[in-house]
Amino acid sequence: MKSIDPRISQKIAFSLLFLATLFVLVPVGLIVLVIIKNGLGAITWEFLTTAPRNGMREGGILPAIVGTSCLVVGAMSVAIPLGVLSAIYLNEYARKNFLTRVIKLAIINLAGIPSVVYGLFGMGLFVIFLKFGASILAGALTLAIMNLPVIITATREALAGVPQSFREVSLSLGASKWQTIRHVVLPNAIPGILTGIILEISRAAGETAPILFTVAAFYLPGLPTSVFDQVMALPMHLYAISTQIPNIGLDVRYATALVLLGLVFGVNSIATIIRAKLRRKKAW
Amino acid sequence: MVELRNAECGMRNADCGLRDKELPIRNPKSEIRNPKVATKDLNIWYDDHLALKSLSIEVQTNEILGIIGPANSGKTTFLRALNRLIDLTSGTKIAGSVIIDGTDIYGEIDVEALRRKVGMIFALPTPLPMSIFDNIVYGLRRRGMKRRSLLEEATERSLKSAYLWDEVKDRLDQPAMKLSGGQQQRLCIARTLALEPDIILFDEPCSGLDPISTARVEEAMMELKKKYTIILVTNNTKQAARVADRTAFFLMGELIEIGQTEQIFTVPKDQRTGDYITGRFG
Repeated sequence: MKSIDPRISQKIAFSLLFLATLFVLVPVGLIVLVIIKNGLGAITWEFLTTAPRNGMREGGILPAIVGTSCLVVGAMSVAIPLGVLSAIYLNEYARKNFLTRVIKLAIINLAGIPSVVYGLFGMGLFVIFLKFGASILAGALTLAIMNLPVIITATREALAGVPQSFREVSLSLGASKWQTIRHVVLPNAIPGILTGIILEISRAAGETAPILFTVAAFYLPGLPTSVFDQVMALPMHLYAISTQIPNIGLDVRYATALVLLGLVFGVNSIATIIRAKLRRKKAW
Repeated sequence: MVELRNAECGMRNADCGLRDKELPIRNPKSEIRNPKVATKDLNIWYDDHLALKSLSIEVQTNEILGIIGPANSGKTTFLRALNRLIDLTSGTKIAGSVIIDGTDIYGEIDVEALRRKVGMIFALPTPLPMSIFDNIVYGLRRRGMKRRSLLEEATERSLKSAYLWDEVKDRLDQPAMKLSGGQQQRLCIARTLALEPDIILFDEPCSGLDPISTARVEEAMMELKKKYTIILVTNNTKQAARVADRTAFFLMGELIEIGQTEQIFTVPKDQRTGDYITGRFG
Protein backbone atom coordinates (compact mmCIF):
# COMPACT_ATOMS: atom_id res chain seq x y z
CA MET A 1 0.00 0.00 0.00
CA LYS A 2 1.28 3.40 -0.92
CA SER A 3 1.36 5.79 2.01
CA ILE A 4 0.28 9.37 1.55
CA ASP A 5 2.85 12.13 1.80
CA PRO A 6 2.59 13.44 5.39
CA ARG A 7 2.44 17.02 4.14
CA ILE A 8 -0.59 16.20 1.98
CA SER A 9 -2.36 14.19 4.68
CA GLN A 10 -1.72 17.11 7.03
CA LYS A 11 -3.45 19.45 4.60
CA ILE A 12 -6.38 17.08 4.09
CA ALA A 13 -6.87 16.68 7.85
CA PHE A 14 -6.74 20.42 8.39
CA SER A 15 -9.27 21.09 5.62
CA LEU A 16 -11.68 18.46 6.92
CA LEU A 17 -11.53 19.77 10.49
CA PHE A 18 -11.90 23.36 9.33
CA LEU A 19 -14.87 22.54 7.07
CA ALA A 20 -16.61 20.62 9.87
CA THR A 21 -16.28 23.64 12.13
CA LEU A 22 -17.57 25.90 9.38
CA PHE A 23 -20.62 23.68 8.84
CA VAL A 24 -21.44 24.01 12.52
CA LEU A 25 -20.88 27.74 12.74
CA VAL A 26 -22.69 28.89 9.61
CA PRO A 27 -26.22 27.67 10.51
CA VAL A 28 -25.91 28.98 14.06
CA GLY A 29 -24.74 32.34 12.78
CA LEU A 30 -27.54 32.43 10.20
CA ILE A 31 -30.22 31.65 12.81
CA VAL A 32 -29.01 34.46 15.03
CA LEU A 33 -28.72 36.86 12.11
CA VAL A 34 -32.22 36.11 10.78
CA ILE A 35 -33.74 36.53 14.23
CA ILE A 36 -31.97 39.84 14.78
CA LYS A 37 -32.78 41.14 11.31
CA ASN A 38 -36.48 40.34 11.54
CA GLY A 39 -37.03 41.02 15.22
CA LEU A 40 -34.94 44.01 16.13
CA GLY A 41 -37.35 46.47 14.54
CA ALA A 42 -40.25 45.39 16.76
CA ILE A 43 -38.35 45.73 20.01
CA THR A 44 -39.45 48.92 21.65
CA TRP A 45 -39.65 50.06 25.24
CA GLU A 46 -43.36 49.34 25.13
CA PHE A 47 -42.74 45.80 23.84
CA LEU A 48 -40.49 45.03 26.80
CA THR A 49 -42.54 46.69 29.54
CA THR A 50 -46.22 46.05 28.84
CA ALA A 51 -48.56 43.10 28.75
CA PRO A 52 -49.93 41.70 25.48
CA ARG A 53 -53.14 43.20 24.21
CA ASN A 54 -55.75 42.46 21.53
CA GLY A 55 -55.45 38.67 21.62
CA MET A 56 -51.67 38.92 21.97
CA ARG A 57 -51.37 40.58 18.57
CA GLU A 58 -50.29 43.86 20.10
CA GLY A 59 -48.66 45.14 23.24
CA GLY A 60 -45.59 43.69 24.88
CA ILE A 61 -44.30 40.54 26.47
CA LEU A 62 -43.42 41.72 29.97
CA PRO A 63 -45.34 38.92 31.77
CA ALA A 64 -43.47 36.29 29.76
CA ILE A 65 -40.08 37.91 30.49
CA VAL A 66 -40.89 38.06 34.19
CA GLY A 67 -42.26 34.51 34.15
CA THR A 68 -39.21 33.00 32.46
CA SER A 69 -36.88 34.94 34.77
CA CYS A 70 -38.75 33.62 37.82
CA LEU A 71 -38.58 30.06 36.50
CA VAL A 72 -34.86 30.21 35.72
CA VAL A 73 -33.98 31.75 39.09
CA GLY A 74 -36.25 29.29 40.90
CA ALA A 75 -34.94 26.24 39.06
CA MET A 76 -31.30 27.24 39.52
CA SER A 77 -31.63 28.04 43.20
CA VAL A 78 -32.82 24.46 43.70
CA ALA A 79 -30.73 22.63 41.11
CA ILE A 80 -27.31 24.25 41.75
CA PRO A 81 -26.98 23.60 45.50
CA LEU A 82 -28.61 20.17 45.31
CA GLY A 83 -26.64 19.11 42.24
CA VAL A 84 -23.25 20.41 43.36
CA LEU A 85 -23.57 19.03 46.89
CA SER A 86 -24.66 15.58 45.76
CA ALA A 87 -21.88 15.51 43.16
CA ILE A 88 -19.35 16.32 45.91
CA TYR A 89 -20.73 13.48 47.98
CA LEU A 90 -20.68 11.02 45.08
CA ASN A 91 -17.19 11.95 43.94
CA GLU A 92 -15.38 12.62 47.20
CA TYR A 93 -17.10 10.60 49.91
CA ALA A 94 -19.04 7.70 48.43
CA ARG A 95 -17.13 4.44 48.09
CA LYS A 96 -16.27 3.32 44.61
CA ASN A 97 -18.31 0.15 44.28
CA PHE A 98 -20.97 -1.44 42.13
CA LEU A 99 -23.78 0.63 43.63
CA THR A 100 -22.10 4.00 43.01
CA ARG A 101 -21.26 2.94 39.45
CA VAL A 102 -24.93 2.10 38.87
CA ILE A 103 -25.96 5.45 40.35
CA LYS A 104 -23.49 7.28 38.12
CA LEU A 105 -24.80 5.49 35.05
CA ALA A 106 -28.39 6.21 36.07
CA ILE A 107 -27.65 9.92 36.41
CA ILE A 108 -26.04 10.07 32.99
CA ASN A 109 -29.09 8.29 31.53
CA LEU A 110 -31.44 10.73 33.25
CA ALA A 111 -29.72 13.54 31.36
CA GLY A 112 -30.90 11.95 28.12
CA ILE A 113 -34.58 11.62 29.02
CA PRO A 114 -36.87 13.75 26.81
CA SER A 115 -38.01 16.89 28.54
CA VAL A 116 -41.69 16.10 28.02
CA VAL A 117 -41.25 13.14 30.35
CA TYR A 118 -39.98 15.48 33.05
CA GLY A 119 -43.03 17.64 32.35
CA LEU A 120 -45.40 14.75 32.94
CA PHE A 121 -43.48 13.68 36.03
CA GLY A 122 -43.60 17.23 37.40
CA MET A 123 -47.32 17.42 36.79
CA GLY A 124 -47.90 14.12 38.56
CA LEU A 125 -45.70 14.87 41.54
CA PHE A 126 -45.88 18.62 42.14
CA VAL A 127 -49.12 19.76 40.53
CA ILE A 128 -51.37 16.85 41.47
CA PHE A 129 -49.84 14.79 44.27
CA LEU A 130 -48.28 17.63 46.30
CA LYS A 131 -51.20 19.92 45.31
CA PHE A 132 -49.01 22.87 44.30
CA GLY A 133 -51.32 23.35 41.33
CA ALA A 134 -49.99 24.85 38.12
CA SER A 135 -47.59 27.33 39.70
CA ILE A 136 -44.11 28.85 39.59
CA LEU A 137 -43.16 26.44 42.38
CA ALA A 138 -44.20 23.36 40.43
CA GLY A 139 -42.64 24.62 37.20
CA ALA A 140 -39.34 25.65 38.78
CA LEU A 141 -39.04 22.33 40.63
CA THR A 142 -39.77 20.40 37.43
CA LEU A 143 -37.10 22.38 35.57
CA ALA A 144 -34.72 21.82 38.49
CA ILE A 145 -35.20 18.06 38.31
CA MET A 146 -34.55 18.19 34.58
CA ASN A 147 -31.36 20.21 35.19
CA LEU A 148 -29.97 18.08 38.02
CA PRO A 149 -28.42 15.23 35.99
CA VAL A 150 -26.33 17.55 33.83
CA ILE A 151 -25.24 19.69 36.78
CA ILE A 152 -24.30 16.58 38.79
CA THR A 153 -22.41 15.03 35.88
CA ALA A 154 -20.56 18.26 35.01
CA THR A 155 -19.64 18.82 38.65
CA ARG A 156 -18.39 15.25 39.03
CA GLU A 157 -16.26 15.58 35.94
CA ALA A 158 -14.87 18.87 37.21
CA LEU A 159 -14.08 17.37 40.64
CA ALA A 160 -12.49 14.31 39.09
CA GLY A 161 -10.35 16.63 36.97
CA VAL A 162 -8.64 18.10 40.03
CA PRO A 163 -5.35 16.20 40.36
CA GLN A 164 -5.27 13.61 43.13
CA SER A 165 -1.87 14.99 44.18
CA PHE A 166 -3.55 18.23 45.31
CA ARG A 167 -5.71 16.24 47.69
CA GLU A 168 -2.74 14.28 49.01
CA VAL A 169 -0.73 17.44 49.59
CA SER A 170 -3.56 19.10 51.44
CA LEU A 171 -4.16 16.08 53.65
CA SER A 172 -0.45 15.64 54.27
CA LEU A 173 -0.39 19.20 55.62
CA GLY A 174 -2.90 18.24 58.28
CA ALA A 175 -6.06 19.49 56.57
CA SER A 176 -9.22 17.50 57.18
CA LYS A 177 -11.09 15.95 54.30
CA TRP A 178 -13.69 18.70 54.25
CA GLN A 179 -11.03 21.43 54.44
CA THR A 180 -9.33 19.78 51.50
CA ILE A 181 -12.54 19.83 49.48
CA ARG A 182 -13.39 23.37 50.55
CA HIS A 183 -9.98 24.97 50.00
CA VAL A 184 -8.34 22.91 47.26
CA VAL A 185 -10.77 20.74 45.32
CA LEU A 186 -13.75 23.09 44.91
CA PRO A 187 -11.85 26.26 43.93
CA ASN A 188 -10.14 24.32 41.17
CA ALA A 189 -13.35 22.65 40.01
CA ILE A 190 -15.52 25.78 39.81
CA PRO A 191 -14.82 26.61 36.14
CA GLY A 192 -15.99 23.13 35.13
CA ILE A 193 -19.02 23.35 37.40
CA LEU A 194 -19.92 26.71 35.84
CA THR A 195 -19.88 25.14 32.38
CA GLY A 196 -22.60 22.73 33.48
CA ILE A 197 -24.57 25.56 35.05
CA ILE A 198 -24.33 27.72 31.90
CA LEU A 199 -25.70 24.87 29.79
CA GLU A 200 -28.58 24.33 32.18
CA ILE A 201 -29.55 27.99 32.45
CA SER A 202 -30.12 28.00 28.70
CA ARG A 203 -32.13 24.81 28.92
CA ALA A 204 -34.27 26.04 31.81
CA ALA A 205 -35.03 29.27 29.94
CA GLY A 206 -35.71 27.62 26.61
CA GLU A 207 -37.55 24.35 27.31
CA THR A 208 -41.27 24.32 26.67
CA ALA A 209 -42.37 20.80 27.52
CA PRO A 210 -41.53 20.74 31.26
CA ILE A 211 -43.45 23.96 31.91
CA LEU A 212 -46.35 23.14 29.62
CA PHE A 213 -48.25 21.09 32.24
CA THR A 214 -46.80 22.63 35.37
CA VAL A 215 -46.85 26.42 35.16
CA ALA A 216 -47.12 28.10 31.79
CA ALA A 217 -50.22 30.14 31.08
CA PHE A 218 -51.45 30.82 27.58
CA TYR A 219 -52.45 34.40 28.34
CA LEU A 220 -52.08 36.08 31.71
CA PRO A 221 -51.52 39.80 31.54
CA GLY A 222 -50.85 40.34 35.27
CA LEU A 223 -47.54 39.74 36.99
CA PRO A 224 -47.19 36.92 39.58
CA THR A 225 -47.48 37.83 43.25
CA SER A 226 -46.54 34.51 44.86
CA VAL A 227 -44.82 31.22 43.97
CA PHE A 228 -48.25 29.62 43.71
CA ASP A 229 -49.22 31.81 40.76
CA GLN A 230 -49.20 30.71 37.15
CA VAL A 231 -47.04 32.73 34.79
CA MET A 232 -46.47 33.18 31.10
CA ALA A 233 -43.09 32.05 29.80
CA LEU A 234 -41.15 33.14 26.73
CA PRO A 235 -40.78 29.78 24.94
CA MET A 236 -44.44 28.95 25.56
CA HIS A 237 -45.52 32.41 24.44
CA LEU A 238 -43.43 32.09 21.30
CA TYR A 239 -45.06 28.76 20.55
CA ALA A 240 -48.50 30.24 21.16
CA ILE A 241 -48.13 33.29 18.95
CA SER A 242 -46.43 31.28 16.23
CA THR A 243 -49.00 28.50 15.94
CA GLN A 244 -52.22 29.37 17.76
CA ILE A 245 -52.93 32.94 16.77
CA PRO A 246 -53.71 33.95 13.19
CA ASN A 247 -52.89 37.33 11.68
CA ILE A 248 -49.98 38.19 13.90
CA GLY A 249 -47.02 40.15 12.65
CA LEU A 250 -43.93 38.15 11.81
CA ASP A 251 -41.78 40.77 13.53
CA VAL A 252 -43.53 40.20 16.87
CA ARG A 253 -42.62 36.51 16.77
CA TYR A 254 -39.03 37.22 15.85
CA ALA A 255 -38.81 39.92 18.49
CA THR A 256 -40.03 37.46 21.12
CA ALA A 257 -37.40 34.95 20.02
CA LEU A 258 -34.79 37.70 20.13
CA VAL A 259 -35.71 38.63 23.69
CA LEU A 260 -35.44 34.98 24.76
CA LEU A 261 -32.09 34.72 23.01
CA GLY A 262 -30.89 37.96 24.60
CA LEU A 263 -31.99 36.86 28.06
CA VAL A 264 -30.10 33.56 27.82
CA PHE A 265 -27.11 35.25 26.25
CA GLY A 266 -27.01 37.84 29.02
CA VAL A 267 -27.10 35.33 31.85
CA ASN A 268 -24.56 33.10 30.12
CA SER A 269 -22.19 36.00 29.52
CA ILE A 270 -22.12 36.76 33.22
CA ALA A 271 -21.32 33.14 34.03
CA THR A 272 -18.73 32.97 31.25
CA ILE A 273 -16.97 36.09 32.51
CA ILE A 274 -16.84 34.66 36.03
CA ARG A 275 -15.46 31.41 34.63
CA ALA A 276 -12.79 33.19 32.59
CA LYS A 277 -11.70 35.15 35.66
CA LEU A 278 -11.41 31.95 37.69
CA ARG A 279 -9.60 30.11 34.92
CA ARG A 280 -6.91 32.72 34.69
CA LYS A 281 -6.00 31.95 38.28
CA LYS A 282 -5.47 28.25 37.74
CA ALA A 283 -2.35 27.27 35.87
CA TRP A 284 -1.12 23.72 35.96
CA MET B 1 -5.45 13.02 70.40
CA VAL B 2 -4.65 13.39 74.10
CA GLU B 3 -2.56 10.27 73.92
CA LEU B 4 -0.47 11.61 71.07
CA ARG B 5 0.08 14.96 72.74
CA ASN B 6 1.23 13.25 75.94
CA ALA B 7 3.57 11.06 74.06
CA GLU B 8 4.94 14.05 72.24
CA CYS B 9 5.65 15.89 75.50
CA GLY B 10 7.26 12.80 76.93
CA MET B 11 9.59 12.56 73.98
CA ARG B 12 10.47 16.23 74.06
CA ASN B 13 11.42 15.94 77.73
CA ALA B 14 13.50 12.90 76.99
CA ASP B 15 15.33 14.88 74.31
CA CYS B 16 16.09 17.75 76.65
CA GLY B 17 17.36 15.44 79.34
CA LEU B 18 19.73 13.83 76.85
CA ARG B 19 17.72 10.63 76.77
CA ASP B 20 17.38 10.38 80.53
CA LYS B 21 16.34 6.81 81.21
CA GLU B 22 14.38 7.69 84.33
CA LEU B 23 11.81 9.81 82.54
CA PRO B 24 8.48 8.08 82.00
CA ILE B 25 8.58 6.27 78.72
CA ARG B 26 5.33 4.94 77.33
CA ASN B 27 6.87 2.05 75.55
CA PRO B 28 9.17 0.41 78.07
CA LYS B 29 10.91 -1.92 75.66
CA SER B 30 14.35 -3.26 76.21
CA GLU B 31 15.67 -0.42 74.02
CA ILE B 32 17.98 1.93 75.81
CA ARG B 33 17.41 4.71 73.35
CA ASN B 34 13.74 5.23 72.68
CA PRO B 35 13.41 5.33 68.89
CA LYS B 36 11.52 8.16 67.23
CA VAL B 37 9.76 5.77 64.89
CA ALA B 38 9.46 2.04 65.37
CA THR B 39 7.50 -0.43 63.31
CA LYS B 40 6.95 -3.98 64.46
CA ASP B 41 5.94 -6.81 62.14
CA LEU B 42 4.32 -4.31 59.81
CA ASN B 43 2.51 -6.00 56.92
CA ILE B 44 0.66 -4.01 54.29
CA TRP B 45 -1.52 -5.49 51.58
CA TYR B 46 -2.97 -3.75 48.54
CA ASP B 47 -5.94 -6.01 47.94
CA ASP B 48 -4.18 -9.39 47.71
CA HIS B 49 -0.71 -8.10 47.00
CA LEU B 50 1.59 -8.06 50.03
CA ALA B 51 3.55 -4.85 49.55
CA LEU B 52 5.41 -4.77 52.85
CA LYS B 53 6.45 -7.98 54.62
CA SER B 54 6.75 -8.05 58.42
CA LEU B 55 8.87 -4.95 58.57
CA SER B 56 10.52 -4.13 61.88
CA ILE B 57 12.63 -1.02 61.70
CA GLU B 58 13.61 1.77 64.07
CA VAL B 59 14.47 5.36 63.28
CA GLN B 60 16.41 7.44 65.77
CA THR B 61 15.83 11.09 66.62
CA ASN B 62 17.70 13.58 64.41
CA GLU B 63 19.11 11.06 62.00
CA ILE B 64 18.67 10.83 58.27
CA LEU B 65 17.64 7.31 57.40
CA GLY B 66 18.10 6.63 53.70
CA ILE B 67 15.95 3.96 52.11
CA ILE B 68 17.09 2.48 48.83
CA GLY B 69 15.77 -0.33 46.70
CA PRO B 70 14.39 -1.03 43.25
CA ALA B 71 10.83 -0.29 42.13
CA ASN B 72 8.06 -2.17 43.98
CA SER B 73 10.26 -2.72 47.00
CA GLY B 74 7.77 -1.08 49.37
CA LYS B 75 9.73 2.11 50.06
CA THR B 76 6.94 4.53 49.31
CA THR B 77 4.39 2.26 50.98
CA PHE B 78 6.49 2.42 54.14
CA LEU B 79 6.60 6.24 54.03
CA ARG B 80 2.88 6.56 53.39
CA ALA B 81 2.19 4.27 56.33
CA LEU B 82 4.05 6.65 58.65
CA ASN B 83 1.69 9.59 58.12
CA ARG B 84 -1.32 7.42 57.34
CA LEU B 85 -1.62 8.83 53.85
CA ILE B 86 -2.01 5.18 52.94
CA ASP B 87 -5.53 5.44 54.35
CA LEU B 88 -6.49 7.10 51.05
CA THR B 89 -5.72 3.99 49.03
CA SER B 90 -8.76 1.74 48.97
CA GLY B 91 -8.28 -1.95 49.52
CA THR B 92 -5.33 -1.56 51.90
CA LYS B 93 -4.96 -3.87 54.88
CA ILE B 94 -2.48 -3.25 57.63
CA ALA B 95 -1.21 -5.60 60.34
CA GLY B 96 1.45 -4.93 62.94
CA SER B 97 2.20 -1.64 64.62
CA VAL B 98 3.77 1.72 63.87
CA ILE B 99 4.90 3.51 67.01
CA ILE B 100 5.84 7.18 66.78
CA ASP B 101 7.04 8.76 70.03
CA GLY B 102 5.51 5.90 71.97
CA THR B 103 2.06 6.14 70.41
CA ASP B 104 0.59 3.55 68.07
CA ILE B 105 -0.53 5.74 65.17
CA TYR B 106 -3.05 3.14 64.04
CA GLY B 107 -4.87 3.42 67.36
CA GLU B 108 -7.38 6.11 68.27
CA ILE B 109 -5.47 9.23 67.32
CA ASP B 110 -6.01 12.61 65.73
CA VAL B 111 -4.86 11.87 62.17
CA GLU B 112 -4.62 15.57 61.22
CA ALA B 113 -2.30 16.20 64.17
CA LEU B 114 -0.20 13.19 63.17
CA ARG B 115 0.18 14.55 59.64
CA ARG B 116 1.26 17.93 60.94
CA LYS B 117 3.84 16.18 63.09
CA VAL B 118 5.03 13.87 60.30
CA GLY B 119 5.53 16.04 57.23
CA MET B 120 5.93 14.67 53.72
CA ILE B 121 7.72 15.87 50.59
CA PHE B 122 6.50 14.16 47.41
CA ALA B 123 8.49 12.93 44.44
CA LEU B 124 7.21 15.61 42.10
CA PRO B 125 7.05 19.18 43.34
CA THR B 126 3.41 19.76 44.21
CA PRO B 127 2.70 23.42 44.84
CA LEU B 128 -1.01 24.10 45.19
CA PRO B 129 -2.42 26.49 42.55
CA MET B 130 -2.27 29.53 44.79
CA SER B 131 0.31 32.15 45.74
CA ILE B 132 3.66 31.32 47.35
CA PHE B 133 2.47 32.83 50.62
CA ASP B 134 -0.83 30.95 50.57
CA ASN B 135 1.06 27.71 49.92
CA ILE B 136 3.37 28.17 52.88
CA VAL B 137 0.62 29.03 55.35
CA TYR B 138 -1.86 26.47 53.98
CA GLY B 139 -1.38 24.02 56.86
CA LEU B 140 -1.23 26.74 59.49
CA ARG B 141 -4.49 28.28 58.28
CA ARG B 142 -6.25 24.91 58.29
CA ARG B 143 -5.04 24.48 61.88
CA GLY B 144 -6.81 27.75 62.69
CA MET B 145 -3.99 30.32 62.68
CA LYS B 146 -5.42 33.60 61.38
CA ARG B 147 -3.19 36.43 62.60
CA ARG B 148 -1.44 37.91 59.57
CA SER B 149 1.69 38.78 61.54
CA LEU B 150 2.10 35.21 62.79
CA LEU B 151 1.57 33.81 59.30
CA GLU B 152 4.13 36.21 57.82
CA GLU B 153 6.64 35.32 60.52
CA ALA B 154 6.19 31.61 59.84
CA THR B 155 6.55 32.19 56.09
CA GLU B 156 9.85 34.00 56.46
CA ARG B 157 11.20 31.48 58.96
CA SER B 158 10.32 28.40 56.92
CA LEU B 159 11.40 29.88 53.57
CA LYS B 160 14.77 30.73 55.12
CA SER B 161 15.15 27.19 56.46
CA ALA B 162 14.46 25.84 52.98
CA TYR B 163 16.98 28.25 51.39
CA LEU B 164 14.30 29.88 49.26
CA TRP B 165 13.69 33.19 51.04
CA ASP B 166 16.16 35.31 49.06
CA GLU B 167 14.78 34.10 45.75
CA VAL B 168 11.11 34.75 46.47
CA LYS B 169 10.88 37.36 49.24
CA ASP B 170 9.79 40.09 46.81
CA ARG B 171 7.08 38.07 45.11
CA LEU B 172 5.27 36.11 47.80
CA ASP B 173 1.94 36.97 46.17
CA GLN B 174 2.91 35.36 42.85
CA PRO B 175 1.52 31.96 41.85
CA ALA B 176 3.71 29.18 43.21
CA MET B 177 3.29 27.29 39.95
CA LYS B 178 5.46 29.89 38.22
CA LEU B 179 8.58 28.92 40.19
CA SER B 180 11.14 26.59 38.65
CA GLY B 181 11.06 22.89 39.53
CA GLY B 182 13.85 23.15 42.11
CA GLN B 183 12.29 26.22 43.68
CA GLN B 184 8.92 24.47 43.79
CA GLN B 185 10.43 21.54 45.65
CA ARG B 186 12.08 23.84 48.19
CA LEU B 187 8.73 25.62 48.50
CA CYS B 188 7.17 22.27 49.39
CA ILE B 189 9.88 21.75 52.01
CA ALA B 190 9.21 25.22 53.44
CA ARG B 191 5.48 24.48 53.45
CA THR B 192 6.08 21.37 55.52
CA LEU B 193 8.50 23.18 57.85
CA ALA B 194 5.93 25.91 58.52
CA LEU B 195 3.99 23.35 60.55
CA GLU B 196 7.04 22.65 62.72
CA PRO B 197 6.95 18.89 62.29
CA ASP B 198 9.10 16.38 64.19
CA ILE B 199 9.68 14.01 61.34
CA ILE B 200 9.99 14.74 57.62
CA LEU B 201 9.45 12.04 55.03
CA PHE B 202 11.11 12.64 51.67
CA ASP B 203 9.75 10.48 48.87
CA GLU B 204 12.37 10.63 46.10
CA PRO B 205 12.44 14.41 46.43
CA CYS B 206 14.99 14.99 43.68
CA SER B 207 13.77 12.55 41.05
CA GLY B 208 12.62 15.38 38.80
CA LEU B 209 15.40 17.88 39.52
CA ASP B 210 18.64 18.85 37.82
CA PRO B 211 21.96 18.34 39.70
CA ILE B 212 22.19 21.91 40.95
CA SER B 213 18.64 21.93 42.32
CA THR B 214 19.35 18.51 43.82
CA ALA B 215 22.42 19.87 45.59
CA ARG B 216 20.32 22.71 47.01
CA VAL B 217 17.69 20.31 48.32
CA GLU B 218 20.37 18.05 49.83
CA GLU B 219 22.00 21.05 51.46
CA ALA B 220 18.66 21.91 53.04
CA MET B 221 18.27 18.32 54.24
CA MET B 222 21.67 18.26 55.97
CA GLU B 223 20.75 21.44 57.80
CA LEU B 224 17.28 20.17 58.68
CA LYS B 225 18.50 17.01 60.36
CA LYS B 226 19.82 19.11 63.27
CA LYS B 227 16.22 19.78 64.23
CA TYR B 228 14.21 17.03 62.59
CA THR B 229 14.23 13.31 62.03
CA ILE B 230 14.38 12.57 58.34
CA ILE B 231 13.48 9.50 56.35
CA LEU B 232 14.66 9.75 52.76
CA VAL B 233 13.44 7.34 50.12
CA THR B 234 15.60 7.62 47.04
CA ASN B 235 16.19 5.83 43.76
CA ASN B 236 19.56 7.48 43.58
CA THR B 237 21.89 5.34 45.71
CA LYS B 238 24.56 8.03 45.52
CA GLN B 239 22.20 10.45 47.16
CA ALA B 240 21.73 8.07 50.08
CA ALA B 241 25.52 7.72 50.31
CA ARG B 242 25.89 11.52 50.39
CA VAL B 243 23.31 12.49 52.98
CA ALA B 244 22.08 9.49 55.00
CA ASP B 245 23.48 8.55 58.41
CA ARG B 246 22.10 5.07 58.16
CA THR B 247 20.80 3.33 55.07
CA ALA B 248 18.23 0.57 54.69
CA PHE B 249 17.91 -1.63 51.63
CA PHE B 250 14.40 -2.81 50.70
CA LEU B 251 13.69 -5.54 48.17
CA MET B 252 10.28 -6.91 47.19
CA GLY B 253 8.67 -5.51 50.33
CA GLU B 254 11.32 -6.86 52.68
CA LEU B 255 13.97 -5.10 54.69
CA ILE B 256 17.14 -6.85 53.56
CA GLU B 257 19.71 -4.89 55.47
CA ILE B 258 20.06 -1.77 57.57
CA GLY B 259 23.23 -0.22 58.93
CA GLN B 260 25.57 2.75 58.96
CA THR B 261 25.66 4.23 55.46
CA GLU B 262 29.42 3.71 55.20
CA GLN B 263 29.10 0.06 56.10
CA ILE B 264 26.22 -0.54 53.66
CA PHE B 265 28.13 1.03 50.81
CA THR B 266 31.52 -0.50 51.58
CA VAL B 267 30.98 -3.87 53.25
CA PRO B 268 27.32 -4.86 52.82
CA LYS B 269 26.46 -8.00 54.77
CA ASP B 270 23.97 -9.27 52.23
CA GLN B 271 24.98 -10.22 48.71
CA ARG B 272 21.82 -8.63 47.27
CA THR B 273 22.59 -5.24 48.83
CA GLY B 274 25.99 -5.24 47.21
CA ASP B 275 24.53 -6.29 43.88
CA TYR B 276 21.98 -3.47 43.96
CA ILE B 277 24.46 -0.79 44.94
CA THR B 278 26.92 -1.77 42.27
CA GLY B 279 24.10 -1.79 39.74
CA ARG B 280 24.05 -5.50 38.99
CA PHE B 281 20.23 -5.49 39.12
CA GLY B 282 17.27 -3.21 39.71
